[in-house]
Amino acid sequence: MKYEAPSTIDDAIALLADAQAAASVLSGGTDLLVRMRADMAAPGAIVDIKRIPALNEITETADGWRIGAAVPSAVMSEHDGLARDWPGVVEAAALIGSTQVQGRATLAGNLCNASPAADSVPAMVAASAKVEIAGPGGTRTVPVEEIPTGPGKTSLAAGEFVTAILLPKRAALSGDAYLRFIPRTEMDIAVAGCGIALSLDDTGTCQSARVALGAVGPTVILAADAASALIGTKLDDAALEALAAACSAAATPIDDKRGTAAYRKHVIGVLAKRAAKIAYARAGETA
Amino acid sequence: MSQIHVTTRLNGDETEFLCDAQETLLDVLRNRLGLTGAKEGCGTGDCGACSVTVDGRLVCSCLMLGAEAVGREIETVENMADGETLHPLQRKFLEHAALQCGICTPGILVAAKSLLEQNPSPTEEEARYWLAGNLCRCTGYDKIIRAVMDAAEEMRRAS
Ligand SMILES: Cc1cc2nc3c(=O)[nH]c(=O)nc-3n(C[C@H](O)[C@H](O)[C@H](O)COP(=O)(O)OP(=O)(O)OC[C@H]3O[C@@H](n4cnc5c(N)ncnc54)[C@H](O)[C@@H]3O)c2cc1C
Ligand code: FES
Ligand code: FES
Repeated sequence: MKYEAPSTIDDAIALLADAQAAASVLSGGTDLLVRMRADMAAPGAIVDIKRIPALNEITETADGWRIGAAVPSAVMSEHDGLARDWPGVVEAAALIGSTQVQGRATLAGNLCNASPAADSVPAMVAASAKVEIAGPGGTRTVPVEEIPTGPGKTSLAAGEFVTAILLPKRAALSGDAYLRFIPRTEMDIAVAGCGIALSLDDTGTCQSARVALGAVGPTVILAADAASALIGTKLDDAALEALAAACSAAATPIDDKRGTAAYRKHVIGVLAKRAAKIAYARAGETA
Repeated sequence: MSQIHVTTRLNGDETEFLCDAQETLLDVLRNRLGLTGAKEGCGTGDCGACSVTVDGRLVCSCLMLGAEAVGREIETVENMADGETLHPLQRKFLEHAALQCGICTPGILVAAKSLLEQNPSPTEEEARYWLAGNLCRCTGYDKIIRAVMDAAEEMRRAS
């Protein structure tokens, strides 16, 4: 195996596009190095993207926020502006592993590892996040939900890699939240996870919503019916019950050692209700 | 295959080593540089026994390649005591009997030091969350947390 640490995006593309090299991108390595050790991955080369300066930055842009693909979760948590605008995305990233893991783990790695239970992914999808992708054919930008195509699989083409996560500008009277359920309080993989972003009008009525479900299907689920259950309401009990029912209906979970399918379908509804209330309260605070 | 030549700052000193591409920083520290303080409890990021700081940030050295260390500042448990004078955390771990077999101890000391640098007056809950990635099979954690809280208080008084 070779180790490469290019300092430009173009050099990284060239290394990744060389089919002979069978290269893997290395961001924080908290998935890749574990997989290599378990002989579940054996790349011919590793392309460490952390030496590309722009990939280590969080910047506020005219359109919102740009989080470089190599920025670890701990740096996101320490960034006041980002945490103020997108608390749900930041708290989802802050749930990944331990303090040590958060010192390295990135949103891009969480997304491209394509685990159905990846914590930051439903939060990013709810927040309408996009990914910026560089590759031999140039740069393209796609919604986060278009990246994972199945457990461990992504829509990235050969030679392509994620350079940044793009979050929109936070609108007035809007808020987001992410909650997951695990059997312990720390260091476990989600049994179910729910990200919600919503916006209100000045009477407190929900105008728009996005509800994304994690760990209850092979990839993240953007539950349109669940969002419809909230829109036009002030999140009264009937709306929250309709939200929970829509989430349970949209979920297509499996049975495994962390929970049965029936249990996951129930829990995803409970989480959605709680996350919706948090997002609603946060939206009110921005009035 | 040819090895990678790495120059880094380790515990304040410029350090050079050769390593293979797939070698972790933990393996380099233990097998090439003779720093056996960091332990391998799991090799998969779960136990924290291999904790070190890189550019001031707490990480698992088993989840980082040695080759990634180029130009970084690495601190290990070997740098905690000042000569014969133990760091307050080390002293409090002895006073509170916060270790038995000691395998987890270097990692917990490094992690706790990093906590107190970031937050000199953590609540017990904050300390427990910060150290959630450091597993101990012997002590039941209570003495560890007491030692950390006591050291934090002493360090606050001294500063
Ligand atoms: C102890 C422990 C606990 C964990 N707990 C959680 C948890 O609670 N929740 C959770 O969701 N995850 C958890 N994880 C998994 C992991 O930490 C996260 O998925 C993390 O976000 C991965 O990011 P990374 O930067 O370390 O990825 P890496 O390991 O660097 O990469 C992961 C995969 O994505 C690819 N990749 C990385 N960056 C890019 C890029 N920019 N473009 C294209 N492909 C890329 C890599 O080639 C690799 O296949 C845990 C891991 C450990 C070791
Ligand atoms: S040896 Fe690194 S976390 Fe266990
Ligand atoms: S003292 Fe034995 S593992 Fe902690």
